[in-house]
Amino acid sequence: MVQKKRSYTALIGITVLLLFVILLENLGNFIPGLPQVLTPTSPLFTVLKKAAVYSLVAVSMNLLNGFTGLFSLGQAGFMLLGAYTYAILTVPTAQKEQVYYLFEGCAFDFSLVDMFEGIFGNHGAGGAIAMILACLLALILAGCVAGFFAYLIGFPVLRLKSDYLAIATLGFAEILRAIFQWQKLGKVTNGANMIKGFPTFTNFNITDSSGAVILRLSTFVPFLISSLCIVVIVLLINSSYGRAFKSIRDDEVAAEAMGISLFKHKMLSFVISSFFAGVGGALFAMYVANAQAKAFTSVMTYEILLIVVIGGIGSVSGSVLATFLYVACSEWWLRFLDSEQYIGNIKVPLLRNGFRMVVFSVVIMVIVLFFSQGIMGNREISLGALIRKFSPKKERKQ
Amino acid sequence: MGNALHLENVTMQFGGVVSVNDLSIDVPEHKIIALIGPNGAGKTTAFNCITGVYQPTNGLIEFMGRPMVRNHPTGKALKTYKGENAGKFANDPVLAPAPDEITGLGIARTFQNIRLWKSMTVFENVLVAKHQRAKQNVFSATFRGNLAEEKRMRDETMDLLVEQGLDAYKDELAVSLPYGLQRRLEIARALATSPKLLLLDEPAAGMNPQETAELADFVRQIREKYDLTVFLIEHHMDLVMNVSDYIYVIDFGSEIARGIPEEVQNNRRVIEAYLGVSD
Repeated sequence: MVQKKRSYTALIGITVLLLFVILLENLGNFIPGLPQVLTPTSPLFTVLKKAAVYSLVAVSMNLLNGFTGLFSLGQAGFMLLGAYTYAILTVPTAQKEQVYYLFEGCAFDFSLVDMFEGIFGNHGAGGAIAMILACLLALILAGCVAGFFAYLIGFPVLRLKSDYLAIATLGFAEILRAIFQWQKLGKVTNGANMIKGFPTFTNFNITDSSGAVILRLSTFVPFLISSLCIVVIVLLINSSYGRAFKSIRDDEVAAEAMGISLFKHKMLSFVISSFFAGVGGALFAMYVANAQAKAFTSVMTYEILLIVVIGGIGSVSGSVLATFLYVACSEWWLRFLDSEQYIGNIKVPLLRNGFRMVVFSVVIMVIVLFFSQGIMGNREISLGALIRKFSPKKERKQ
Repeated sequence: MGNALHLENVTMQFGGVVSVNDLSIDVPEHKIIALIGPNGAGKTTAFNCITGVYQPTNGLIEFMGRPMVRNHPTGKALKTYKGENAGKFANDPVLAPAPDEITGLGIARTFQNIRLWKSMTVFENVLVAKHQRAKQNVFSATFRGNLAEEKRMRDETMDLLVEQGLDAYKDELAVSLPYGLQRRLEIARALATSPKLLLLDEPAAGMNPQETAELADFVRQIREKYDLTVFLIEHHMDLVMNVSDYIYVIDFGSEIARGIPEEVQNNRRVIEAYLGVSD
């Protein structure tokens, strides 16, 4: 019963959050003369979008590293697979010539967007349904492709332990990146060039016939998809399989002796984590409006690993919280460190391009040294507990 | 009644060291059989061979009359092989099930150095052991299509905890329990896998005399209640002599004596092995 009540509070919490995001990004429609921060071009929305995307990838990494105890660093590779799958499947056929002009067109003359537009039409509501369905299907397929590759490399790689597994998966991600940039595959991957022209978050904004935005949904969409995926991951973690994953993390020998098949469960965790990394990669492509192998370097994996560590290995809410803090700091709050600043007439010393990363490194070292458990350790934020904490005592029931 | 477990010429060799040498043991159904021996005699290695943690170098292990593990040395292992009966199983196919498959057949174990899952509660520790036999898959479990199954698992776990007197601690972390209760929890967890044969690796290690005496009754109780066969390794002679129906004694990997408690107690070789030779 308690479990059920908790799920309801969590569900209500997520719904409220999503509604709040819609409201926030549409404030400009109702109230003129908003502070710059709340206008659609403000860094706030960039941060929110990116953090929504990254939080999904961080949670998927946490599922593997934090809950199953598999130290894998292949996240960027699976994101790349997802991003490319999404991009290749959704670039409209009409645009392929232009996108692939260096390779004289794409070998893959098919687009989900066109397919669904063929069914529902490409105007008004029909067009909207076509695009939503195309994007959804492409996102799911992006996850499936990433999951399938995870399944394939899982056979050799999951026999390895700890650092060896990390090196193997890192290598896999780097190999993928090199293959996707290979000129000979240009007809599919567009070589080292970016693929663009596919539907992005801004395509979800509802516009009138003249193209003016009526309802802005470009921040809401990544929030919605990420939270759906995270809810699924949380459900998995709290299920019988999630408990089996945790038992493997805690003690492999005991888990095996109690009938948990190590290989099967490690593979499951690996494939599911990669599936969501693939979806996350597709969302990332939507966020940056292009898919390019160059973006999915090991630095990206480290960024996500960092988020997981800061948030607390083994805490989903910690990962989400850390993602928003991390992305806000790196994209917005600490940006000022990268340019020269003056207080009055005095130039602040040290500030120059790249100084942000120095500060970042120091912050991370402090966290690792003094808060090795991260923000949340392996606890979770529970909305019910928060409400109880802030509500007056007399309202408490038992 | 037949044998629950039957070891035939089991040899386990690590490099040049023979840990278990040509060991043959019969564990009849519904009996409590003990395996004793001085430190380093190879008792836990024998357990690890039975539970699939190690693949024996040579020998056959049958469970409930069916071959479960079988191996014979080949190639380099044959050249360095120091044990006996190297050719006995050479024509039989190798059987090497994983530990979880062996648990699935109905063999559960506890560990000498307690191996509870430390980040999980007492309740969860037992619940996870139910996972293997649950009728569910990852989709039905994630999207809660297995509510009846999940409820059954939780109810059974709770019953088991009540029965073991652990229900008061159900939401505590397993590692926060006192030592004796941790041992008991390990046994409860092993019972949750619905075993036919229970292997106890030094269940009384670190227990005081009072707890040890209780353990003997407890082992008998669970044998009756769950219709178990028990095979245990122990150092506490009081417990072994009190609880077991038959005893095997090994030293340096080889059997040096076998018999009912009285016979073993008065066996000269056993006394020598434990106390050293006096002349």
